[in-house]
Amino acid sequence: MADDKDVLRDVWFGRIPTCFTLNQDEVTEREAEPYYLLLPRVSYLTLVTDKVKKHFLKVMRAEDVEEMWFEYEGTPLKWHYPIGVLFDLHASNNVLPWSITVHFKNFPDHDLLHCPSNSVIEAHFMSSIKEADALKHKSQVVNDMQKKDHKQLWMGLQNDKFDQFWAMNRKLMEYPTEDGGFRYIPFRIYQTMSDRPFIQKLFRPVSPEGSAHSLGDLLKEMYPDAITNDGEQKRYQVVIHGIEPLLETPLQWLSEHLSHPDNFLHICVIPLTHQPAG
Amino acid sequence: MSTRLTFLSATRRRPTRIKGGIPLTVSQSVCCRATAGSGVTSQVCNTNLWTASSSPPAAGSGRATGMWMKTLRESPQRKGCLCSQGWSYAIDFPATYTKDKKWNSCVRRRRWLRYRRYKAMDTWAKIPSQQTTLPDPFSDISCGGWEISEEPRGRLSLWAVSLQGKVWFRDGIYHHNPEGSLWEEVFLPGEVIQISCGPGDLVWAVLWEGQLIVREGISRDCPKGSSWAVVESPSPDVGAIHVAVGINVVWAVTKDNKVWFRRGVNSHNPCGSGWIGMVGEMITINVGLNDQVWAINCEDRAVYFRQGVTSSELSGKTWKAITVPRDGDRSHSSASANSLQSAGCYFCGEVRAQSVVSDAESDTEKGSADGASCHATSTSPESFVDAPTDSSNPPTDPPKPRIPKVTSDSFISELVSDREPGKSSRDTGSAPPAVPEEESIPGEGEVKAPCAGSALSPSQSGGPLDPQWSNVDLEEAQQAQTVAVQDTADTCSLSSVATYTLAMEDPYGADEHPLWAWVSGGGCSVDSHSQLNWFNFSMNSSSLVSSVQSMSLSVSPAQTAAWRRQIFEQLSERTKREMDNFRHYEQAVEQSVWVKKGTMQWWRDWKPHKWIDVHFALEQFSGPDGNKDGILFIYYNYYEEKKYLHAFINEVTILVPVLNDSKHTFAIYTPERTKQRWPIRLAAATELEMHDWLALLSVSCCDSRGIHGPPSKQAIWSITCKGDIFISEPSPGLEAMPYPTPCDQMFWRQVGGHLRVVECNSVGIVWGIGYDHTAWVHTGGYGGGFFQGLASSTDNIYTQTDVKSVYIYENQRWNPVTGYTNRGLPTDRYMWSDASGLHECTKTNTKPPSPQWTWVSDWAIDYSVSGGTDREGWQFAADFPASYHGYKTMKDFVRRRRWARKCKLTTTGPWQEIPPIPLSDVTILPCTAQSSVDVIPVWAISNKGDVLCRLGVTALTPAGSSWLHVGTDQPFKSISIGAASQVWAIARDGSAFYRGSVSARSPAGDCWYHIPSPAKQKLKQVSVGRTSVYTVDENGNLWYRQGVTPSYPQGSSWEHISNNVRKVSVGPLDQVWIIADKVQGSHSLSCGTVCHRLGVQPVEPKGQSWDYGIGGGWDHITVRGNSVEPPRLRLPSLTDPSSRSPVPVRNTEVNGVGN
Repeated sequence: MADDKDVLRDVWFGRIPTCFTLNQDEVTEREAEPYYLLLPRVSYLTLVTDKVKKHFLKVMRAEDVEEMWFEYEGTPLKWHYPIGVLFDLHASNNVLPWSITVHFKNFPDHDLLHCPSNSVIEAHFMSSIKEADALKHKSQVVNDMQKKDHKQLWMGLQNDKFDQFWAMNRKLMEYPTEDGGFRYIPFRIYQTMSDRPFIQKLFRPVSPEGSAHSLGDLLKEMYPDAITNDGEQKRYQVVIHGIEPLLETPLQWLSEHLSHPDNFLHICVIPLTHQPAG
Repeated sequence: MSTRLTFLSATRRRPTRIKGGIPLTVSQSVCCRATAGSGVTSQVCNTNLWTASSSPPAAGSGRATGMWMKTLRESPQRKGCLCSQGWSYAIDFPATYTKDKKWNSCVRRRRWLRYRRYKAMDTWAKIPSQQTTLPDPFSDISCGGWEISEEPRGRLSLWAVSLQGKVWFRDGIYHHNPEGSLWEEVFLPGEVIQISCGPGDLVWAVLWEGQLIVREGISRDCPKGSSWAVVESPSPDVGAIHVAVGINVVWAVTKDNKVWFRRGVNSHNPCGSGWIGMVGEMITINVGLNDQVWAINCEDRAVYFRQGVTSSELSGKTWKAITVPRDGDRSHSSASANSLQSAGCYFCGEVRAQSVVSDAESDTEKGSADGASCHATSTSPESFVDAPTDSSNPPTDPPKPRIPKVTSDSFISELVSDREPGKSSRDTGSAPPAVPEEESIPGEGEVKAPCAGSALSPSQSGGPLDPQWSNVDLEEAQQAQTVAVQDTADTCSLSSVATYTLAMEDPYGADEHPLWAWVSGGGCSVDSHSQLNWFNFSMNSSSLVSSVQSMSLSVSPAQTAAWRRQIFEQLSERTKREMDNFRHYEQAVEQSVWVKKGTMQWWRDWKPHKWIDVHFALEQFSGPDGNKDGILFIYYNYYEEKKYLHAFINEVTILVPVLNDSKHTFAIYTPERTKQRWPIRLAAATELEMHDWLALLSVSCCDSRGIHGPPSKQAIWSITCKGDIFISEPSPGLEAMPYPTPCDQMFWRQVGGHLRVVECNSVGIVWGIGYDHTAWVHTGGYGGGFFQGLASSTDNIYTQTDVKSVYIYENQRWNPVTGYTNRGLPTDRYMWSDASGLHECTKTNTKPPSPQWTWVSDWAIDYSVSGGTDREGWQFAADFPASYHGYKTMKDFVRRRRWARKCKLTTTGPWQEIPPIPLSDVTILPCTAQSSVDVIPVWAISNKGDVLCRLGVTALTPAGSSWLHVGTDQPFKSISIGAASQVWAIARDGSAFYRGSVSARSPAGDCWYHIPSPAKQKLKQVSVGRTSVYTVDENGNLWYRQGVTPSYPQGSSWEHISNNVRKVSVGPLDQVWIIADKVQGSHSLSCGTVCHRLGVQPVEPKGQSWDYGIGGGWDHITVRGNSVEPPRLRLPSLTDPSSRSPVPVRNTEVNGVGN
C-alpha cells in the first residue's frame, strides 16, 4: 500500500465481525440462534441490522416486539455514533467477534435516540455532513450541492458504494491550496469515562505561524491527559478507525483520510487499565 | 475460479513482418483449445476449427487448475491464452503438428494435465468452417466477454485477427456449442495486427499503423459491439505494438518496448482518458482474470508479474520476475513416466508426498535449432510421479538446489483438496496461517514476498542476494541461491501446503535461460490478498518493506514519513485482525448489482433539440432494507466529448409513454424535471423494446419505493392525452395544511388499459370511459398492458379495445373563375391540414396517433362538426382562420370540411366492460372514510346526453346492475355527485343544473333546478366534493359556487377562481385538483398539467394558489378516492375543525396519523 487513496478504501471497507445474541429476557417461541455479521465500521447500527432484526423476529411473537436496540456489556449502544466508534470505544480490546446483545423491550429512552426508520439515520447523517462542512467551508460546498448530490452521499453510505460516495465526498474534502487546509477540522473526541458525550471545539488545521497542526497538537489542547509524556507509562490509547496514528500525523491529512463518511474525525480516547507488563 | 498460467516461449521467432522495433510474428494457423468446466474442448488448427468434448472434471472440484510451461525450440511461435471457466484458446504454428514429435509431447502433457484434473480425455475435433471461407489464416485470437452476460451459459466472445489484418468475431459460442457457429467479419478502420478481449466488455486492438482501436457498444445484447473508437498511440512517434485488456484495465506496449497503462478505463468509458508510462521494457503483456498483469521483459525475456495490482490501484506497483524454468533442460527421457516427473520442481512439506503432479512436462526435443543449447541435465531429477519415496529426499538438501518453478496457491490447494477431500478449497486457497511471520508482510493486495528471485525486476534490490537464474551473471548468484534455498526449505518444512516453494536444480546451464516469447495469464486468478510464493526466498521483512517502498511507482518524500507508514501498517494489521478470520461472515450490506444496457435515442438537452443516439443503462442494486434501488445512466456525446446524465431510480416520479406517430418514445420525470417542464425524453428502436424498458424501469421504481400490488382505494387516478392510465398513492401529507407534500414529488405508476375518463371513490370503485364511449369498471387488478410477471396481476386482466377518430381538414379558397379549388393563395394554409392549419395532413401521410393504433376504416367526410356543415360537409368562412358556418354566403371566400378515419387499439388491463350504453361522463359518490353506505350512487351521462343513475353498485359489485333513466329537458354533458348526495350537472347548452332530493331512499332525486352559467360563459364540466362545487367553462375558466349551504344547496353565484383550466376534480376533503394549460416551467411550457389547489380549508374552500405537478400532456384526474385526512398540526391559528364544517369531520382512521 503506498497510496493515500488506499487509506480511504481501507477506512471505508473496515468491517467488524459481530455476533448478535438475543437478550435472555426476551420472550421467544423457540431458542434464538446467534447471528453473525460483518458490520461496516463507517455505517450505523440501525442501518445495517435489518438482517439481524429479521433473524430474531422469526422466533418472536409480534406483540413482544418493540423497537430494537443494542447493548454491549451493559452499555446501550448509540446508533447515531458510527459503528467503528462504538466498537473502538467499548470493545476494542476484547476478543472478536464483537458480541452485541439485541433487545426488543425496555428501550432505554435516556440513553438512546429512537430510530423508527432509515430516514432518521439519513437526517442525522446529512446534518453531520452539513455541520462538518460548516466548519470546513462555511457550508459553501454542501450548499452548492444539489439535492441529488446529497442523495448520492447517503445512497453511497447506505448501499456501501465507495465510488458513488467518494465521487461526491471528494468535493467536501477540497480546500484552497493557499489555505493549507480546512477552516476548522470537524472532529469529535470520545471517552468512555465521562458524562460528556464527546469533545468538539473549533480547531484549525494550521497554526497561526503557518505550520501544520498534528494530532498531538489537537490532543494537547483538547485532552492533554491522552498524551503520553516522556518517561510516563502510556495511559491512554488514541484510536481512530481501530488504529493508533502517531501523534505527529498532520491533522489535516487525518481529516481528509480518516474521517468517517459524516465528514467528522471521530477520535476515541481509551484508558489503558492494568497493563500487566507495563 | 480456475487458476491457469501459460507460458510459451520461443527462443527463435520467425518474423514474418517487421514493424517497428519488434519483429512481429504471425502465426500460420490457429489452434484453439477450450477446456471448460464442462470439459468441452475445442481447437482451431490451420484455420480449421476443432472441437471435442470430454467428461466433466471431478465432481465438486469446480476449479480447473493447471499450468502450461513450454519451451519450444523448434516452433517459431506459439501463443496461448487461457481464460476463466477453463476456456483456453491458443495459436500454434506447426503446420503439421500431428507429426511433430515435440508437439506430440506437448499434447501428451496436456492430456496428462487433463487426465489429472478432469479425469477425462480430450480429443481435438475440427470445427466445421464451411459456412465461411476464411481468406487468410489467423494470426491472433483473444477470448473473453464471459462477464458481460451469463446467458446463455458459457457464452464467450472470441475475436480473431487474420494475416491480412482483418478482424473476425466468432458468433454463437456457448456451453453446448463451444466452437461457435460462424465467423463474422468486423468492419475496421485499418489493418489490425493484434487484439485483446477482456472478461467484460473491453476489446482493444492494435492497428498496423500503431494506433489502437477500442470496440464500443459491447453489451449484453450486443457482445460484438457496434463501432470502433481510435485511440492514439501513447507515444507520438512510436506506434503501439501490443495491447492487453482486463476487466477495467488496458496495458499497451509500444514498438520501443515501453509499457503503458491506460487511465480511466471502465465499461462506461472503454477508451479511458490517458496513458501513463510505466517502468520496464516489455515485448508482450497479458492481463489475467482480476486484472493481474504478466509480461515478458524485452531484455532478459523472462516472465514478469505485476505486483500490487489491486482494484484500487490497477496499475500495480512493480514488476517481479517469475523464475520460470525451461523444462527442456532437464529431461531427456521420452514419453515415459520419467517425462512426467517434475522438471526439477518439488513440493515441500506435506505436499511433497503427494506431488505426483508435475504441471510441466518435459520436452523431449532437445536439439535446439537456434543453438540455444539445452543440455541434458545429468542429474536425474526426483521423480515424484513414479517414486513417491522421493519425498524422503530432503528439500533441504543443499547440494541439490532446484530450479524454482512457479505455480499458484490454488494449484497447491487443489492438490491438497485432492488429498484431503474434506477440506474446503477456501481454507487452502488463501494464504495459510502457518506461513512464517517474517514471510508474510501484511498488505492488502500486495505480494509481499521477497523479491530476490526476480532477476530483472526494476527494483534495485541487487547485490549478492540476487539469485537470478535468468541472469547472465550467475556466478555470484549461485552462492546466494544455495543459502536462499536452505532458508526456503527450512521455512517450507514449517509451513503447510501453500508454501510450495520454488527451488533450484543445480546443474542448470549458467549461460542459459529460457527466452520466453509469449505469456498468457488469462486463466490465472491471483487473489490480491493471498501471498504468492513464486518469488519467495526467505528474507527478513524489514528489508522487504523498504524494497517494496522503494519500488513503488508513486513514491514521494511525504509518503515515506513515519506517520504515514504507521497508518498503512496499522490499517493492514487491522484488516488482518478484524477481517481475515471472519471472511466467511455474512456482509451486512449486500452488494448485488445488476446492469441492463441498451441503446436509445434521446431528445437532447441543448439546442437545436433533436434525437441523438445514446447508450442507456439501468444499474440496480439491493438496498440494505431489501428494497431494490438503482441509477439510470444516459451516455451521450457532446461535441466529441463523452458525457452522461443520470437519475436515481428512487427520484423518478413517473415514466410516461409519449404520443408520437413515428417513434416509440417515453419521458422520465423527477421532481426537478417536473419543475423544469423538461423530462428526459427517450425513444426506443421498437415498441417491444420500449415496453421492455418501461416495464423494467417501472418495476424498479416501484421496488425502490416499496409499492406493490393493486392501487389502494385512496389512489389518485389520472389519464394522459394518449389514454394511458396512471395512479398515485397519496401520501398522508398530500392535503396537509399548511405544508402539503409538493405535487411534483408524487410518484405515478401506470396501469394497463386505455381510457379517456376515469372516476373513483374511496371505497375502491373505479369507473372508466374509453374514447369510443365504452364504460369500463376496474377489476381491482393492476398491470396488464406491457406489464408482465410480478408487475401485473393475473386473474383480473382483460382485453380492452378502444377506437377513436383521426381528423384532417380539407381547405379550399374561392376564385372567381373556377369557384372553390384546392389552389389557395401562396399565403394560405395547407390545402390538407390539421385543425390549426399549421401542419400539412394529407390522407396518405396521416398516420394513426401512435404505432399502437391501426386504421379500421377509410377516410370519410365528417358532418358532425360544431357549427354545422352543408350537404357535402363543407363549412364556410370569410378567410382562414375564422369562425366557420355550415352555409355559404356572399362574403365567404374559403371553405373547409373535416375528414375522419377510425383507428383501433387493443391492449390489456384490469378493466371489464359495462355494456351496453356508451357513456360520456360518470361520477361516483365520494364516500367518507367511515362511510357506512352500502349502495353507492353512481351517475352517468350517456353518449346521447341522457342522465343515468346506476343501481346496485356496491364495493363488491362495482359494476352495479342496471341503469335508471333520469329525465331531462335537454341533453347533458357532465355530471358530478357530492359527498352529501348533491348532484350537479352541465347541460349541452352550457348551463348548470342541480338535482333535488337525491337520497339513499330516492337515488334518482325528484327534479332539476336550473342554475344559470356565469355571464357569457358556457360551462362544460362540474365536480362536487364534500361541500364545494366547481365548474369549468369552455374558455378554460374555473368557477366556484358561492353560498352553497345544506339548506340552500344550489348556492348563490359563481366566483371566478382561475383561468387556463381544462378539468377539475374536487375530492371528499373538498381538495381541488385541476388539469391546467400553459404552466410555465423553468425550461419549457406545458399544457395539460396536474395542479393542486393550496390553502384549501373549511373556512377558505377556494384556496389560495396552485402547486404544479406532473404534466404536460395530462387530460384527466380524479382525486375523489383520497379521503385521507392529513395529519393535523395543532396550530393556534386554526379553529376547532368540527365547528367549521357542516359535515362531520371523520376520524383519521385510515392512516392513523394525527396528534
